[in-house]
Amino acid sequence: MMNTVLSIGLDAVSYGMVLFTISIGLSIMMGLMRVVNLAHGAFAMIGGYFASYAIKQLGLNYPFAIVVAVLGTIVISAPLEMLLYRRIYRGAGELTQLLLTIGVTFVIIGLANYVFGPTTKSIPVPAMLSGPFDLGFRMIPTHRLFVVACGLTTALALWLLIERTDFGVRLRAAVDNGDMAEALGIRTQVIYSMTFAIAVGLGAFGGVVGAELMPIEPSYALRYMVTFLVVVSVGGAGSIPGALAASLLLGLADTTGKYLAPEFGEFFFYLAVIVIVFLFPNGLLGRAQ
Amino acid sequence: MTGQHTSVEPRLGPPAAVRQLAVPVIVIGLLGAAGYLVFPEDLAFLTRLISITLLVLSLDLVVGYCGVATLGHAAIFGVAAYAVGNACIAGLADPLLLLAVGGLSGLVMGLVSGAIVTRFHGLPQLVLSIAIGQLVGALSNKLSSLTGGSDGLSGITPGRIFGVFGFDMFSRTGYLFSLAVLIVVFIVLTRLVASPFGLLCRGIRDNNLRARMIGAAVYPRLIAMYGVSGVVAGIGGALMAINTGVVGLDSVGFERSAEALVMLVLGGAGSLWGALFGAIVFQLFEHVVSAANPYHWLTLVGLLLVAIVLFAPQGLGPAVASRWRRLRRAGARP
Repeated sequence: MMNTVLSIGLDAVSYGMVLFTISIGLSIMMGLMRVVNLAHGAFAMIGGYFASYAIKQLGLNYPFAIVVAVLGTIVISAPLEMLLYRRIYRGAGELTQLLLTIGVTFVIIGLANYVFGPTTKSIPVPAMLSGPFDLGFRMIPTHRLFVVACGLTTALALWLLIERTDFGVRLRAAVDNGDMAEALGIRTQVIYSMTFAIAVGLGAFGGVVGAELMPIEPSYALRYMVTFLVVVSVGGAGSIPGALAASLLLGLADTTGKYLAPEFGEFFFYLAVIVIVFLFPNGLLGRAQ
Repeated sequence: MTGQHTSVEPRLGPPAAVRQLAVPVIVIGLLGAAGYLVFPEDLAFLTRLISITLLVLSLDLVVGYCGVATLGHAAIFGVAAYAVGNACIAGLADPLLLLAVGGLSGLVMGLVSGAIVTRFHGLPQLVLSIAIGQLVGALSNKLSSLTGGSDGLSGITPGRIFGVFGFDMFSRTGYLFSLAVLIVVFIVLTRLVASPFGLLCRGIRDNNLRARMIGAAVYPRLIAMYGVSGVVAGIGGALMAINTGVVGLDSVGFERSAEALVMLVLGGAGSLWGALFGAIVFQLFEHVVSAANPYHWLTLVGLLLVAIVLFAPQGLGPAVASRWRRLRRAGARP
C-alpha cells in the first residue's frame, strides 16, 4: 500500500513536471498574446527530433543536443511567427486561431513523417542519467529526478525573468494593457516575437527532456495537442504557479487513474479537467478576463 | 453578418416555401445521382460520406449559427452510433426505429454537453468541449461490453425498410435510404435556421450582450440549439451504424471532431449549403488523395486550412460566390 502510494507520487511528480516544462511556454504565450496555439505540441516534437538527430547522427552530447534542439526549433518557428502567428495575436477569434494552428500542426506532422519516417525516435540519455538513483529508502530512475530538476529550474528562471528583469517589466506591461504599453514607447511587437521564441524554445526543451514519458513520433503532435492546452486552461493562462499547480494536479489525476484503473485510460484526467474548469473557468490561479 | 433577406427583393417564380422545399430536393438529388454514376462500385464510401455530412451539418448549427467553439462534437455522433448498434443487437431491427433511437440518444447527449459547454465562452468553452469528447472516448474504450472496445461493435444487422427494401452488400438500399434522410434533414434545418428561433440564435452569436438586453434567454436557447444539433448528429451516427454494421472507437474520437470542423470551415460556417459542400468536397478529395499516402494528405489539409484562414476566412462557398458576383458585374459592364 505504502509502496503504491510512493510510486504513484513519484510518477505523478515527474509526469507533472514534464507537462509543466512543455506547457509553461504555451501558458505565457496565451496569457500575453491570447493565442490558442494547438501547434505547441508540434514544436515540442520538432525539438525532440532535433535532439534525436543531433545525438544519434551528429554524435553530440546530451546537453549540447538540448541547446541545438531549442535553437533549431526557434529558428524553424520564426518564419511561422512572422507570416502566420502575427495575424492572430489578440484580436482574432478562437475559431480562426484553432484552424490556423491545427493547419500548422497537420503540416508539421506530415513533413515530420516525410523526413523522419513513422517510427519512434529515441533520445539516448547519458550514462549519468540512465541508471537508478538511491533515495535512501528506495531506488528511482535518475532521469526522473533530472526531469523534476528541469521543471523546477524552468519555473524559477521564468519567474526571475518576468519579475526581476527589464524585459519582464515590459512584458507585464504589454499583458496588462497592450495599447497603453505601446503608447509609452514599448515595442509590443518585439515583445510578442521574443515571447513567442521563448515559448517555442521552452516547448522544445520540454519535448526533449520528457521524451522518455512522451515518445517522439509523428503522431506526437496530434496525441498531445489538447493535453497542453488543457493544462494551461486549468492553471490559468499566463500564470506560472497556476501552470505548476495544474501540471502536478493533472499529473496526479492521470497517474493515479492509470495505476488503480488502467483500463479507464485518460478518463480521470479529463474528469478532473471538467470539474476544475467548471468551477474555475479562468483557471486555478488565472485572472478574470 | 449574413444580412441577405431574400424577402426584401421581389422575385418572380415559385413562392419561397416551395423553393425552400424544391431546391434541396433537386440539388441533393442531382448530387446523389452524380455520385451513383461516378462511384457505382463504391456506394459504401458515399453512404459513409452522407453520415459524416450530417455530422458537419449538426456542427454548423452550433458553430456557425450559435458561435460556439467546440472540438468534441463527434462524442454525440459516436454515442448515438453505439446506442443504435446496441438497440439493433438487442433485437430492434426496423431501420426507421433505429434512426429514431439515434436521434433520441443524440438529443440527450446534445442537451447534456450543451448544458456544460454553452455556460462559458472562449477558452473554458473550448476546453470543456474537448474534455467531454475525450471522456466519452475513454469510456467507450472501457465499457467494452457495450462498445466492443478497440475491436469495435459489430454484428449490427438491420431489417428491411418498411419491411420491403433489404440492405444489400452493394449498399444500394443504404445509399438511397441515407440520401433520402439527408434531404429530409436538410429541408427541416433550412426551415429551422430561418425560423424566429434560428434568427435569435444568430443574434446571440453576433452580439450576446445585446441579445440579453432585448430579453432573450440566451443560455436556454443555446442548449435547445445544441439539442437539435444533437438530433442531427445522432441521425448521422445511426446511419453510420446501420450502413456499415460496425461502430469503431474512431466514431467518438478527437480526430473525427477536428475533421468535421475543418470540413465545416472549408465550406463556410453559418450556412447549411456551405456545410454540405465543405463536407462533400473534403471527403471526395480525401478519398482520392489519402488512398495514395495518408501523411501527404495531412500536409495538404494543413496547407489548405492555413490558406483558408488567410485568404477566405468565410469559407470557400462565400469566397467563390463573391468572386462570381464580381465577375458577373464586370461582365455586365460594357
